[in-house]
Amino acid sequence: MPTPPRTRSRPGTGRPDVTTTASSGRTRLAVRAGAAAGWLSRVTGRGAGATISGRVINRIAPDALTELGRGLRITLVSATNGKTTTTRLLTAAVRTGTEPVASNHTGANLTSGLAPVLAAARRPGLAVLEVDERVLPRVVDPLAAELLVLGNLSRDQLDRYGEVHAVAAAWRRVAEAHPDLHVVANASDPHVVHAAEPARTTWVRLGLRWRADAATCPVCAALLDWGARFACPACGFAEPDTPHHLDGDTLVLDGVRVPLRLGLPGRWNLDNAALAVAAAVTHHGVDPAVAAAAVAGVDTVAGRYMTVPLADGRRARVLLAKNPAGWSEVLEWARAEARPTVIAVNARVADGTDPSWLWDVPYELRRGLPTVASGDRCLDVAVRLRYAEVTHTVEPDPRRAALALPGDEPVLVCSYTQFAALYHRYGDPDA
Amino acid sequence: MRESALRIGLVYPELLGTYGDRGNALVLAQRCRWRGVAAEIVEVPAGEPVPAGLDCYLLGGGEDAPQHLAAAGLRASRAALVRAHEAGAVIFAVCAGFQLLGHSYVAADGTVLDGIGLVDARTTAGATRLIGEVVVAPDAPLPLLTGFENHGGRTTLGPGVRPLGRVRAGGGNGDGPGTDGARADRLVATYLHGPVLPRNPALADHLLGEVLGPLPPLDSVWEERLRAERLAAGSRTGLARWWQQRRLARG
Repeated sequence: MPTPPRTRSRPGTGRPDVTTTASSGRTRLAVRAGAAAGWLSRVTGRGAGATISGRVINRIAPDALTELGRGLRITLVSATNGKTTTTRLLTAAVRTGTEPVASNHTGANLTSGLAPVLAAARRPGLAVLEVDERVLPRVVDPLAAELLVLGNLSRDQLDRYGEVHAVAAAWRRVAEAHPDLHVVANASDPHVVHAAEPARTTWVRLGLRWRADAATCPVCAALLDWGARFACPACGFAEPDTPHHLDGDTLVLDGVRVPLRLGLPGRWNLDNAALAVAAAVTHHGVDPAVAAAAVAGVDTVAGRYMTVPLADGRRARVLLAKNPAGWSEVLEWARAEARPTVIAVNARVADGTDPSWLWDVPYELRRGLPTVASGDRCLDVAVRLRYAEVTHTVEPDPRRAALALPGDEPVLVCSYTQFAALYHRYGDPDA
Repeated sequence: MRESALRIGLVYPELLGTYGDRGNALVLAQRCRWRGVAAEIVEVPAGEPVPAGLDCYLLGGGEDAPQHLAAAGLRASRAALVRAHEAGAVIFAVCAGFQLLGHSYVAADGTVLDGIGLVDARTTAGATRLIGEVVVAPDAPLPLLTGFENHGGRTTLGPGVRPLGRVRAGGGNGDGPGTDGARADRLVATYLHGPVLPRNPALADHLLGEVLGPLPPLDSVWEERLRAERLAAGSRTGLARWWQQRRLARG
């Protein structure tokens, strides 16, 4: 039976429900069933719900995504680190135009999370969507995406995601199937280059500081040479030449210098902003200065870099770090700023249940700086800090841990599930 | 007390370092230093031969493609490794490192990767990956061990070697008899990551003791607290395990 189109919001949240204009009854049922299957997968500990929710939606309504994507020009953003921020920055840059732009700005990046955003989108219009690394290959075709923005690939949640090479190979199959697809990608990450090479790719050289997950050539498995750029001595695979690169805090686009003054901290956010501005300029035709001004206005991204209140009236700055590449960037920043810091680590299903990567992160950078080990896995952190010879205290609750630190604004670096809980309680859903 | 520094070799960390196994080297080095014994970590970069003159050789876990490169390097260095072992060095191998010490590894597509045959063991790729907390009961004097496994290998030991211990929870060698790893004179191999030595200070001291002789005790309060917590997490089975994961999944 055909259902009349309608739009509904959950009271108080301002978030659209799945029941909206563009979707048929079958598609709505599929999205709900997919979300339920994902929830079941998570609570029974079988997985994180990414695969199953997409499969269920596909089984019930094979054309759900095709239907939901109709009338929208869709950009998909993916990476191991920075996809939520890059999506937010690109959305800000593209919104300087006249067309409506839909985006999953809360970081719901699985098929079941994309569906309600698409259903609520105004059309004709644009959509800028963050997509989980493993979900990306499954949604490019049904959504008829016109642009992919690909940041970086490194080790993350090995218990769930598997090895980096497998993710890169799945991305590459997408590019091989779509040699005309426009991709804006990081030229300095061997896994990303291998994945995006077959497509029509605009490369941006960002430099790669975390190289521990890119020791071997993705093409022939020989050891890569890492000079100023990477190159494989065995098969010739190398960093592509490009007129676009990041020079300190200035993005150079084909000779045009675009200074990036960000409201977000850290070197890693310059990478995110450079990709976002490059995509907005080269694909969406946004003026470079206008795009740079738009990204400069972003100072919190779905709760990242927000502050939360402490019991003594101070506030703590919240950063999210999920894997060794992300942690090493955050630690460099906290060292440079000499910030008292809580190291809060959970290892629940959504975090990845294996925190062995703690031993690949240079926590030695905390020597001489006030530090607290926190989270469900505070004992793992405490032992790691002990062997790094970092003086520290131990407090499982992250906000109480921050309370024990000196300074006007201690930093609370936390895993995904802690971050999600803090955002749920203190975050502004529209930020 | 020895005069020279204990030299701890971290073999091919770029290739065999996917699961934090570098931590094992740091734990051995620090537990020497805290006892007043100088120690240094010698990284053996991929592409170079493994030197013979080290006191410990650590091999960690790695991804499939890098494992081929690591295997080639180890085969080329076999003589040096055997010589060092016979001269008193300790070998400690985890996961892919363990597989490469064996005779062979047969991948899912049938490709055979030759190991160095230092341990009488053969591995084939299984249909599923074994992922999760593991508890292993080794022979005395070692206490219960805790670790985290993430591998697709099924390793069968030959008559020439005994296992590190019996698996109380988790998969371990995954070949049927419910054992994990391998153990010989001055050689321990296991599937346990975590990494395993920060969680099991007694195993770390056992390895050091094989080189240094009897060791004075060391305060390991935090390590033992972590070990107790992980043993409890790994020992939950059936309904209790399901309930725990359900609670964890709630976030």
